[in-house]
Amino acid sequence: MSAVAKNEVRRGFYLDSVRLMQVAAVLKSDVPGVEEAALMIGTPANLAILAAAGLIAGGTDAGPNDLVIAVRARDEDAAVAALAAARAHLERRAARPAGSKHRPRSLDGALAELAGANLALISVPGAFAAAEARRALSRGLNVMVFSDNVSLADEVALKDEAAARGLLMMGPDCGTALVAGTPIGFANSIPLGPIGIVAASGTGLQEVSSLLARAGSGVSHGIGVGGRDLAREVGARMTFAAMAALERDPATAHIVLVSKPPDPGVARRVLDRAAGAAKPITVCFLGAETRASYGDRRVVATLSEAAESALGRPVAAVLPELRAANGRARICGAFVGGSLCAEAQTVLRDGGLAIGSNAPIPGAAATRSHAAGNVLIDFGADEYTVGRPHPMIDPAVRDGAVAALLGQTDVAVVLADIVLGFGAHPDPAGALSRIVAAGPSKRPLVIASVCGTEGDPQGYARQVATLTEAGIAVAPSNAAAARAALIALGKTG
Amino acid sequence: MSDPTHDPLPPPASAVPLDRLLAGPVRVVNIGLEQFATDLAGNGAAVVHVEWTPPAAGDAKLAALLAKLGG
Repeated sequence: MSAVAKNEVRRGFYLDSVRLMQVAAVLKSDVPGVEEAALMIGTPANLAILAAAGLIAGGTDAGPNDLVIAVRARDEDAAVAALAAARAHLERRAARPAGSKHRPRSLDGALAELAGANLALISVPGAFAAAEARRALSRGLNVMVFSDNVSLADEVALKDEAAARGLLMMGPDCGTALVAGTPIGFANSIPLGPIGIVAASGTGLQEVSSLLARAGSGVSHGIGVGGRDLAREVGARMTFAAMAALERDPATAHIVLVSKPPDPGVARRVLDRAAGAAKPITVCFLGAETRASYGDRRVVATLSEAAESALGRPVAAVLPELRAANGRARICGAFVGGSLCAEAQTVLRDGGLAIGSNAPIPGAAATRSHAAGNVLIDFGADEYTVGRPHPMIDPAVRDGAVAALLGQTDVAVVLADIVLGFGAHPDPAGALSRIVAAGPSKRPLVIASVCGTEGDPQGYARQVATLTEAGIAVAPSNAAAARAALIALGKTG
Repeated sequence: MSDPTHDPLPPPASAVPLDRLLAGPVRVVNIGLEQFATDLAGNGAAVVHVEWTPPAAGDAKLAALLAKLGG
């Protein structure tokens, strides 16, 4: 019997994408016979995803103001049951408990309710995000845009508008920030402390702040500027504004600047600016080969070095030495954090290995396959997240890649990151541990690190214990995990 | 005349709005993923969640134009 695809359109219905994905996940796990399910707002991009997945073979007349519920199931009855289950979930989610508070439907409505509002956090679909950000700036609010798919032209215009108004414009594509002790978006529970971070790198900010917290220090502010702020077109507009703000900020004693591989010309301008900074500063451009130290102005190559530079001492204990089995010579990585993938590439490249990645740093080859060589894949990259939750929320795609690597007889080490914090999966270590426990007895070494703190919802110590019990070596930082992999291959690290 | 040791001037309110944000506490209008509002409230921040739906009947270009016009 062939599978049956069915879809249904709800006119004028909107629910945010995370909640829609949660409903889809429930349909797949709870309704017998469902092979695939997706709930998406009917934008042209989403309809293309549904068509590519074979979920709307019969076509649909849904528009961007409508919700499409699409399922593929083993037979007609299962498909009908899935659509009914979807309807029931949506009704439950739309219903408000008796006595629950009225909610505003617009920014102006919200401002009428929240006196002294000072930040708009925007995570609407990318096509609408710039308009919402522009409106928020015009009302005098600082802005953090989580949404991606915002054009570079809009990004530049919004950042110029923010600068003219003396406001902060974090993002687009800014997933993480810490402002005056409050974690915003996918951030960790970090105590207040003397170190201020400016980051064009979400998991870069998470790793540095978590390492500082676990070392007993803390963070004044972690200002995300969006992954493209140091691109040529944007020219570090918000990085400069954030550095100046942290120079003025009385709670900040040392500034750390972290970025994914920047445009070289922009990097030079930022370094020039850093050399004249009014406070001690540490710069980490992931993927760059430069290390330099001029008194308390330092350039470092990894996130853990950045944390150590700011702290003035080592942040992490040494990992016991591991040895790879004979005949196994490759290091492969499967990451949920893009900056953690870039940092691991930096360590392996600087350790003398030829490496490849789907998000290659300078000196690495471009590849999407773990089939040959030392390859580190960022499963948070766009090609893995279209129409799917980011692997920090649902690590299934990454964990599936780990499962495949466990069976490869030439792989010596599998590197993986576990990212904790608000918004992240409730037990990512448990998910990875089950994969490893189900793997072959003769398998590669699996070396992981946990990015997070004891105060996170998942709890750092519990996550480490879960990994350790499954036979996964846990390094004290992501860079240490990569160094441990080098040592396991007999390299110096 | 006031005694400066007992009646210090308050610190000057910064002329730069983003400095006032960093002085805290954050007070957030959340537009989009509801989970963010839930987490912010759980961390003790003042937050109002906007029940957002696509404006201009889902026409992003028209929505952008409206925002530029100050709507």
